[in-house]
Amino acid sequence: MAVPIITFENVTKRFGKVVAVDNVSLSVEEGEFFSLLGPSGCGKTTLLRMLAGFEMPTEGRILIDGQDVSNIPPNRRPVNMVFQSYAVFPHMSVAENVAYGLKIEGVPAPERRRRVEEALDLVQLHGLADRKPDQLSGGQRQRVALARALVKRPRVLLLDEPLSALDAKLREQMRTELCTLQEKVGITFMMVTHDQDEALALASRCAVMNRGLLQQVATPNDLYEFPNSRFVADFIGSVNLFEGVLAVDEPDQAVIRSADLAADIYLDHGVTGGRGTTVWAALRPEKIELSKYVEGVGPPVIDDAPAGSNSVRGIIRHEAYLGSESTYEVEIPGGRRLKVLRSNLTRWDQEDFSLGETVWLSWHACSPAVLLS
Amino acid sequence: MAQSPTPPGPLEYLRRWPLQVWLLGVGTFLYAPLLALVAFSFNDSRRNIVWKGFTLKYYAKVFHDAALIEAFANSLTIAAISTGISLLLGALAALVLWRFRFPGKAGLDGALGLPIVVPEICMGVAMLVFFAKVLPWPQGLVWPLNLGAIIISHVSFSFPFVAVVVRARMASFNRELEEAARDLGAGELQTLRDVILPHMVPSLIAGGFLAFTLSLDDFVITFFTSGPDTVTFPVKVYSMVRFSVTPEVNAASTILIVLTVILTAIALRLQGNQVAAAAHQPVERG
Amino acid sequence: MEQSWKSARGIFAAALALPLFWLVVFFLFPLGIVWLYSFGENRGLTDIALTGTLSNYLRALEPLYLKIFVKSAGIAALTTGLCLVIGFPVALAITFAPPKAKGWLLMFIMLPFWTNLLIRTYALIAVLRNEGYINQSLRAGWGLANGLATRLGQAPLASFQPVELLHNNFAVVLGLVYVHLPFMVLPLYSALDRLDTSLLEASLDLGAGHLRTLFRIVVPLALPGIASGVLITFIPALGAYLTPDLLGGPDSQMIASVIERQFKRANDWPFGAAMSFLLMYLTFIGIAIQGALSRKSREPG
Repeated sequence: MAVPIITFENVTKRFGKVVAVDNVSLSVEEGEFFSLLGPSGCGKTTLLRMLAGFEMPTEGRILIDGQDVSNIPPNRRPVNMVFQSYAVFPHMSVAENVAYGLKIEGVPAPERRRRVEEALDLVQLHGLADRKPDQLSGGQRQRVALARALVKRPRVLLLDEPLSALDAKLREQMRTELCTLQEKVGITFMMVTHDQDEALALASRCAVMNRGLLQQVATPNDLYEFPNSRFVADFIGSVNLFEGVLAVDEPDQAVIRSADLAADIYLDHGVTGGRGTTVWAALRPEKIELSKYVEGVGPPVIDDAPAGSNSVRGIIRHEAYLGSESTYEVEIPGGRRLKVLRSNLTRWDQEDFSLGETVWLSWHACSPAVLLS
Repeated sequence: MAQSPTPPGPLEYLRRWPLQVWLLGVGTFLYAPLLALVAFSFNDSRRNIVWKGFTLKYYAKVFHDAALIEAFANSLTIAAISTGISLLLGALAALVLWRFRFPGKAGLDGALGLPIVVPEICMGVAMLVFFAKVLPWPQGLVWPLNLGAIIISHVSFSFPFVAVVVRARMASFNRELEEAARDLGAGELQTLRDVILPHMVPSLIAGGFLAFTLSLDDFVITFFTSGPDTVTFPVKVYSMVRFSVTPEVNAASTILIVLTVILTAIALRLQGNQVAAAAHQPVERG
Repeated sequence: MEQSWKSARGIFAAALALPLFWLVVFFLFPLGIVWLYSFGENRGLTDIALTGTLSNYLRALEPLYLKIFVKSAGIAALTTGLCLVIGFPVALAITFAPPKAKGWLLMFIMLPFWTNLLIRTYALIAVLRNEGYINQSLRAGWGLANGLATRLGQAPLASFQPVELLHNNFAVVLGLVYVHLPFMVLPLYSALDRLDTSLLEASLDLGAGHLRTLFRIVVPLALPGIASGVLITFIPALGAYLTPDLLGGPDSQMIASVIERQFKRANDWPFGAAMSFLLMYLTFIGIAIQGALSRKSREPG
């Protein structure tokens, strides 16, 4: 296997008594679009700033291309950053901003001009080269920041909350463009974000952090469908969590019994743990199916689940129509309310279920994720 | 101008007559004496206030009054040199206080504020004592070295003002700009030159203007440090005013007022544009 | 985030050295000498012995000089009060002016401030003196009245006596107000400008009138600004030298004149030093009170 482009080796960063980054080990391969995701204050920005050279690790090593960069100041590291505020120099024109790094590097003027032009073309800013930053929109300023960093041909491009300052529509558009841009230039991107949608949409791999600790490193798909902890399950998307014990634990099936749920949770696969272990079952709202309750008729049976499992009766207490989908809060026996999400597949669909109606909630035997912590 | 038909909104105090009358009164109070002073510098009459016709003869007199011209030149020289030094010292002090955390910082901060709050008379006598006992300024030095004592005193009270103005400006500096420069390959000094200094420029203009005006304006401290051959414009006017009100003083004052207005206009123009440009740069940091 | 000085010793030392040197040698040191002199005694014409005596301070507290201190404080307080009363409506008008007018109004208040202090004082002298504009206007009026009286067959009026406007306490207070008004308006304006206008609108909406809104909402919220305006006006007014010297009469001496006399004419430096340090202490007390007030108003609840 090739040498990873970035390696964090047991990196810890303390600010006084506060541990911002706690013993993080992580490696990123060439060409990845890697995302650091977590709530604010989780240490993700500190991790990025250590990579850029603005903070020094208290313990551990950081390697870029296998070379320890601990003693290399930011201006001599082969990485460049797109700042949260874009940090476009207000007293320089767009072209001067983009040329700044090349000028410092001592790139001769003709080549500099050519490369600035290329970079501006890349981010679709041709024609705005002579504008001053105060004549640009937020989105355009971000493109300047991108061009300014990319023109240096860094080994890794660092992005600190790149889309947080844009409005919703523009954010959507820039997401697509960032993806295209990364494919075009082939540079490794490392992005920090607190926005899970952003991370899932852009990244080829994500690291979820919490309180300085690395929680899980996985592809977006795996993070959502196979979270390794309650924190990750809850942080990525929304989830119904049930605490319970493993009542059955066999290689090809398992049953979780929870005091909060009138039905057993039947799984058609084995679980690591063993009988009697406390586990948590995470059930995503869109993986619960709603069906009409008819007096005297039992619940719908899905995937051969044994009777008394994977289905529960409830009463709709809240409904929100969101256009493409509707969300429901359904009260189940025992008083808990479950979140359920249902796509509005036809134009009349949303009228099917109404407030106060009794319904069946049921799910597939492979839908719940089982969490050990 | 057409009368606006809409009645004043609840908070449009400026459009209510009692306040307009008040403003007019304050305006008259502030400006009438100065306007009268300017007007009567052109009056062809020595002692009466009755208008006797337009003349420039008092200006001609002022321009032939060697002592007054010398005092004026001294004032401008002192102001220019002390402004230069104050800008350097003030910017350095502001940089240190803005940038660094160090033991004794609160003390330095407080000590820098002292020249701003200490009564002029106290500072004046301190300078008098200093230049009499510790550092007697040599007599008969060539111009402008003979003004050294006055220049030193002026720097002492103006550079803290510059420091305050520059520091206030630096508070709005987005530290990511500096990091961006470092990230793009700039060293510490290159960053200072390319990013920090340009951000500082409007405050240097404002601070320079402030220092220049303070120096030009100062009477009390200069009064205690100037000698017979180092008379400044305010000291000269003071000695003239003590005896009588003369049209020559009016003329000389008018020249200084016009100079002040021009300087103010230039400073506002320079600073207004720069600040407006810099204000558009968003400072969003979580 | 500030960085520790240790992380860049070279740059830190290079930037700090010059201003620190200047501040210590050309400001703190001279003040220090004056402070030492205030505990000294005159020995001969130019020699001062630092004996650690407190006699200079005791002398400064004698009734003769104490009266001058009290009087100076009184004049400065009166000046400050007048500036507050005159300046508050001006600050209010500027605050609620449309943005474009705001800049012009601020200029309008600041321009006299940028004008040389001596010239402004001189302009006032020209207005107030016996042959000044006010008295000349009065004389002209008197002449007209006289002419009217004789035409109506009345006895001619007594000859015109100019009103004594200069060289008295009135002129000193007028001059101090004239000079310090911008000092008061600016902090008031910046305090009022920070006020959330919706608070005023809420008060009006809840039924309070404009005056009640002013005194119940605006004044309490602008109190820190008012305090700093009062301080910024009071301190220079207390130590004013030029204005009382040129506009005042023999009975309107203020502290600064006394100090000046000790150093320039009476040649009693130790006593002058004690007086000037008493003036400084008064200044510091004022700053401390203002600091305490603004801290208190910043406390929640």
